[in-house]
Amino acid sequence: MSAFAALSGSSGDQALWYLTRGTGVTALLLLSAVTVLGILDVRRVATARYPRFLIDAAHQRLAALALVFLVIHIATVVLDPFVAISWLDVVVPFVGSYRPVWLGLGALALDLLLAVMVSSLLRARVGYRAWRAIHWLAYASWPVAVAHTLGIGTDASTGWLLIVTAICVVAVLTAVAVRVATRLQGRARKPVGVIRDDA
Amino acid sequence: MTLDAAELPRLLAGLAAGAKPLDLDAHRAIFGDTLPITRRTLSRAREQLIAEIGRAGLTGKGGGSFPTARKLRAVADRGGTPAVVVTATEGEPLSRKDRLLATRAPHLVLDGALTVAAALGARRIVLAHDRLHLGVGGRLRAAAASRPELAVRGAPDLTVQAVPDGYLSGQETALVAALNGRRAVPAFTPPYPFERGLGRVPTFVSNIETYAQIALIARYGAAWYRAVGTEQAPGSRLVTVGGAVASPGVVEVPGGVRAAEVLVAAGGLSEPVAALLLGGYGGTWTRVDPAALELDEVRLRATGLTLGPGLVFALPASACPVAEVAAVVRFMAGESAGQCGPCRFGLEAIAGALQDLCADDPRGDEPQQIRRWATMVSGRGACAHPDGVARFAASALTVFAGEVADHARYGRCERCDQPSVLLPSRPSSASSLVDAAGTDAIALGGQ
Amino acid sequence: MPAARPEGGRASGRARKPARLVLDPTVCDAHGLCAELAPELITLDDWGYPIVDGRPVEGELLEHARRAVAACPVMALRLRTP
Repeated sequence: MSAFAALSGSSGDQALWYLTRGTGVTALLLLSAVTVLGILDVRRVATARYPRFLIDAAHQRLAALALVFLVIHIATVVLDPFVAISWLDVVVPFVGSYRPVWLGLGALALDLLLAVMVSSLLRARVGYRAWRAIHWLAYASWPVAVAHTLGIGTDASTGWLLIVTAICVVAVLTAVAVRVATRLQGRARKPVGVIRDDA
Repeated sequence: MTLDAAELPRLLAGLAAGAKPLDLDAHRAIFGDTLPITRRTLSRAREQLIAEIGRAGLTGKGGGSFPTARKLRAVADRGGTPAVVVTATEGEPLSRKDRLLATRAPHLVLDGALTVAAALGARRIVLAHDRLHLGVGGRLRAAAASRPELAVRGAPDLTVQAVPDGYLSGQETALVAALNGRRAVPAFTPPYPFERGLGRVPTFVSNIETYAQIALIARYGAAWYRAVGTEQAPGSRLVTVGGAVASPGVVEVPGGVRAAEVLVAAGGLSEPVAALLLGGYGGTWTRVDPAALELDEVRLRATGLTLGPGLVFALPASACPVAEVAAVVRFMAGESAGQCGPCRFGLEAIAGALQDLCADDPRGDEPQQIRRWATMVSGRGACAHPDGVARFAASALTVFAGEVADHARYGRCERCDQPSVLLPSRPSSASSLVDAAGTDAIALGGQ
Repeated sequence: MPAARPEGGRASGRARKPARLVLDPTVCDAHGLCAELAPELITLDDWGYPIVDGRPVEGELLEHARRAVAACPVMALRLRTP
């Protein structure tokens, strides 16, 4: 723990705090990219040079990378002596004493993300239906993460954080618009005369 | 009280043209009583039944022609408490035999279902019909209500249920799904219904005519069954004859009968005929001389043909074959469950190409495209629907090569816009209440 | 190009068990990743749906087949050992 001992003291605290904010923002950017890819579906993004299996792999690996940044983000905030946040507060939402609502949203986003990731790793065991149901939680975890970002930080009012968050939100909303507006060939209108189940 | 061997009618015995449906007493007078199967004799009865059905060589009459004994064996070997399903939906618009049996000879069908249920130790019997033919359900229910076997303690639970309409209403897995309360669409197999079907138990599913045949074999034996028909196509079967014949309707014919005799039984041709359609909308076209064409499923399949659920349709020479084929394929594309891409998009593509051949300015390559797509969709769905349409279209391209080539070059002909003879107007459910066949049933004498 | 697996040993035992690719057409939605990852075994039809070679998968192709099965977004593809 000598590195942290070296970091203690006002300049060390500053370093931890910068690390927390930096990794947090990076995690949000990465998760937004993952969400955009998920909404658009590989079939809208892929090109000849960047085939579908590659986009699919990118979706998964960006999520893993986001998790790495999240782990650092969480570790720095727990180990930071300046704020009283425990390991429990990180995974159980809304029990902390430091800004319980905004921190709780972060914990909630983390929980949802972990559920999505674990179910994906165990997809063959869990089965497609269950996996898909859990994966929809991803659509909940992203806005929760955005809310956490805007509410928790001391530089929430700082311009640059607002701009970065706005970029993330616009990107995701644009992806939603594209998804709703365009139909993939495989999702074309069902032919008339599907076995009618009228009573 | 046995039916004479080597004589027809068998299934249609007692059904003189216009006669009332057979009630239980009349049924017994013609066919006799069934032998009771008790708990003690259960396993022996099962083995005896399966052996007898196997010796008889009975195959399914719903279109698939699967060996019935093999299916019984598969369900019996699964153990547990199986269920029995009788398919009386008749989704193929050209076919009328199933509703004829259901409404005019329901007790023969019930004999078969009860025999199978007793032999397999099934606790549940379901007779399924589609909503378009509510009269079928009513008649079956009334007949079941008069059966003493169902009134005793320990009798299996028998219900008559309606399932959604459609060409695929009788598809085995779609039907079981509907009876299980799910969406009535075909399921990817395995598991097959004989493994996991109604209520997740091993289920014997078969066509209503097959059960009637089982009832006869159980009573009179395999040798009696084989006294009519040929070595490869033993017994008799019901065939719906339609198109350019004087008396369209359902006939009972011996296996291996020649198409010419079937047409004669239906009153003979009423006008010059271009070709025969065997097997219905999912069947095959042929210009083979009817006098030489033996309706033996094994032989037919060897030449790429099929009788399907017993269907012979004579296309009048006055019709435009390309327009008729286009109309049927358009209908069949609409009947797709829409689950599997190749069926959903492939049938649509074939229908579009056929329509182009009957339009003003065809590209000219439609026949090649249709053949290509027919190969492309076959075998790639969860059920055999695309396969049926593929062989219907491909056989038409072969049989009507000349007309197709003309259409590819010049587009529509003067007969293209005539009302279709293959696609009748939708029958109302009221008409199915009184006489489901709509016409007289005729039986053909044996050889 | 990966080298051919050596004879014998547990790894090659797993690799050489015969298996066939099976597609559930009712859930397949033409994502097309399978055809990218195992083009020797899977091609796409005119509408983007996979045409799967149902013959036993052998040797090196088995690894590609496994990757294709894992990549399918709707788990429509399976490797079935008879």
